[in-house]
Amino acid sequence: MKMKYISEAWLVLLLATVFALALAAVDLAWKDRIEENKRRETIGQIPHLVPGAVTGKKDFFGKVFVYRALDSQGRQVGWVLPAVGQGFADKIELLIGLDSKAEHITGLYVLEQKETPGLGATIVAAQWRKQFAGKPATVPLHVSKAATGENEIQAVTGATISSESVVSIVNEAVGGFRRALEVSGR
Amino acid sequence: MSEDATPLERFIRGIIPENPVYRQLLGLCPTLAVTNNMKAAMTMSGAVLFVLVGANLVVSLIRGLLKPHLRILIFTLTIATFVTIADRFLAAFMYPMSKELGPYVPLIIVNCIIICRCEVCASRQSPAAALGDALGQSLGFALALASIATVREILGSGTWLGIRILPAGWDDWVIMVLPGGAFLTMGLLLGIANWLGTVRRNPKATE
Repeated sequence: MKMKYISEAWLVLLLATVFALALAAVDLAWKDRIEENKRRETIGQIPHLVPGAVTGKKDFFGKVFVYRALDSQGRQVGWVLPAVGQGFADKIELLIGLDSKAEHITGLYVLEQKETPGLGATIVAAQWRKQFAGKPATVPLHVSKAATGENEIQAVTGATISSESVVSIVNEAVGGFRRALEVSGR
Repeated sequence: MSEDATPLERFIRGIIPENPVYRQLLGLCPTLAVTNNMKAAMTMSGAVLFVLVGANLVVSLIRGLLKPHLRILIFTLTIATFVTIADRFLAAFMYPMSKELGPYVPLIIVNCIIICRCEVCASRQSPAAALGDALGQSLGFALALASIATVREILGSGTWLGIRILPAGWDDWVIMVLPGGAFLTMGLLLGIANWLGTVRRNPKATE
């Protein structure tokens, strides 16, 4: 019985292997270029994420990778924290703007998402993202219907899972960054 | 469709007589979603061309080895591979366009035009026939997208391929770049295409 499965499915297995190798080669060839595109977009977004910032400089706190947001004189005015997590459809990649003490969120940008068009994809809209600005970074955020509390975020209509994914990615990244910042003592 | 059509005949058929959008009503999700401007529509058409040619050729080359109950699995596997390559290509070399098209590039995997051509043509015909078929259907798809995108971009933004066409005083019809404009434009163009088809087949029908 088992031999029959193999004899019938060998083409599927072979093709899957060949295609996987081809995709690995494609990834190897273009990965750096795609990363560079994202990095350039990140730098371009920094002025919109942290008020007063014009550019950013890479920095590491332990394992946490972050951009220092700098103003035109080179003084630090905040942080831009890249964050990745699972959304409804695929990975969601975010950029989170924080003030210089990492106590408040100053902005949010969606670098990459493949949520449902028309529903979950609304997370990229500035109208929805802007409610993150001014929220505290010291306590976890929650998704709610009315968004009355100061740490509450209103869900996108028809896309509760996408909204909750974004909020939990933000909570996890901000919490992790604040801990790393404390440990480093800087 | 006759089984002994030449690759050239298959190519020509895909453009108008068996146009995937206007005649077969397939692939309507991208047709509606990415036609609010010409650049997005043409990028989508290019990606579909690449995937359809790739999938049709691979399926045609292995058609003698296909098992009936595993063929759909193999079509999907093949299509998904080419779609992933197209998606990574856009992310690497056309980054802003890749962001604009967003999930619609990976969604080419479920574009019925491609699996339909694998099933109807490539799994039964030689690579030459499959190539002609893929090129014709892709060109038909591109023409359909271009026709809808032309109407939507000119009326909705006053531009065509990003170039200003209508005078600066033109009030953009915002509805045309929104989903509503996609349905309106496609419905009207589909109606016109069907009406023209009826008139050509039977000139007395409209009298």
